[in-house]
Amino acid sequence: MLPSPAISSEQTHGLWKKGIQAGLPIAIGYMPVAFTFGLLAKAAGLSLFETVGMSIIVFAGASQYIALSMIAAASGAAELILTTFIMNIRHLLMSASLKERAEDEPKWLKAIYAFFITDETFSVAATSQEKKLTGSYLLGLGLAAYSSWVVFSGAGYVMGSGLPESLQASMGIALYAMFIALLVPAAKKSRKVIALAGTAAVLNSLFSFIPFLSGGWGIILSTLIAAVSIEFFVKGDERNE
Amino acid sequence: MNDNLIWVIIGMGLVTYIPRMLPLVLFHTNNLHPRVQGILKNVPFAILGALIFPGVLTINPDSVLYGVIGAAAAFIAAWLNLNVIIVVLASILVLYGYTFL
Repeated sequence: MLPSPAISSEQTHGLWKKGIQAGLPIAIGYMPVAFTFGLLAKAAGLSLFETVGMSIIVFAGASQYIALSMIAAASGAAELILTTFIMNIRHLLMSASLKERAEDEPKWLKAIYAFFITDETFSVAATSQEKKLTGSYLLGLGLAAYSSWVVFSGAGYVMGSGLPESLQASMGIALYAMFIALLVPAAKKSRKVIALAGTAAVLNSLFSFIPFLSGGWGIILSTLIAAVSIEFFVKGDERNE
Repeated sequence: MNDNLIWVIIGMGLVTYIPRMLPLVLFHTNNLHPRVQGILKNVPFAILGALIFPGVLTINPDSVLYGVIGAAAAFIAAWLNLNVIIVVLASILVLYGYTFL
């Protein structure tokens, strides 16, 4: 690979802004999810410090929700941590996939932006039009999503059930709508994308009926099976990157 | 639980961070086999499929149709190549309107 030319500070600034813009839909999508997390955390008996602390330190929606239900059921520390680990192993795949498109930058920078990998930030980054993903772009993207997550966890804890329930409920579609918005344009251009997403969706739906494969494991397995099998079965399809 | 909850949270943070960080920082992938590179490039689209389905059907525990309508609204808006934020807002609005029907 050719050494990439040094990026000027002006370009860096532009990339950072692009990242924040790309993170805005995630920030909107996180609002109701984080808000509800704050609400439930209060109900589960956590302090405001613990609630916001969990969002600051863990930054993983599904695990945080599961942790609340386990805390309410008086589960032990080891169970809680193991469950969190199992839920989040899927980020290994995302991190490895991002590495393929990451700009050659210092490891400490990668170690920082790696913290912000979630299903949502990964999906936006991985489908973005950027040729190489830079630290500036990924930090802008990650911080936009992260600040919404942290701030609205606290807001949910403090404000309680202020919002009308019907609006809270309809905001539950936000993150899925974003996933669809990321998938459809790529699917219009490539049958391989349709095959990948379709296969993984069907597998994950089947796995959802198997109790110990639901959630994190179901997503990992269906993603792996789809990504590997399509790589071998669909050859020479259009490469649109 | 409450006394050591902050330590549990730190433990949760560690086991979440490590899988996010290890491949990016430690693995040397410059000489990855093209097949493996191809598989990794497939991952984003496969994950999107798995994340959407069947999760979208359960956003309202009382009604599968609710998720279907929201997803359909998002799909149509995305098909029209609208900006991601517009797609998100449009599907929220359609569902909010639907609750008043």
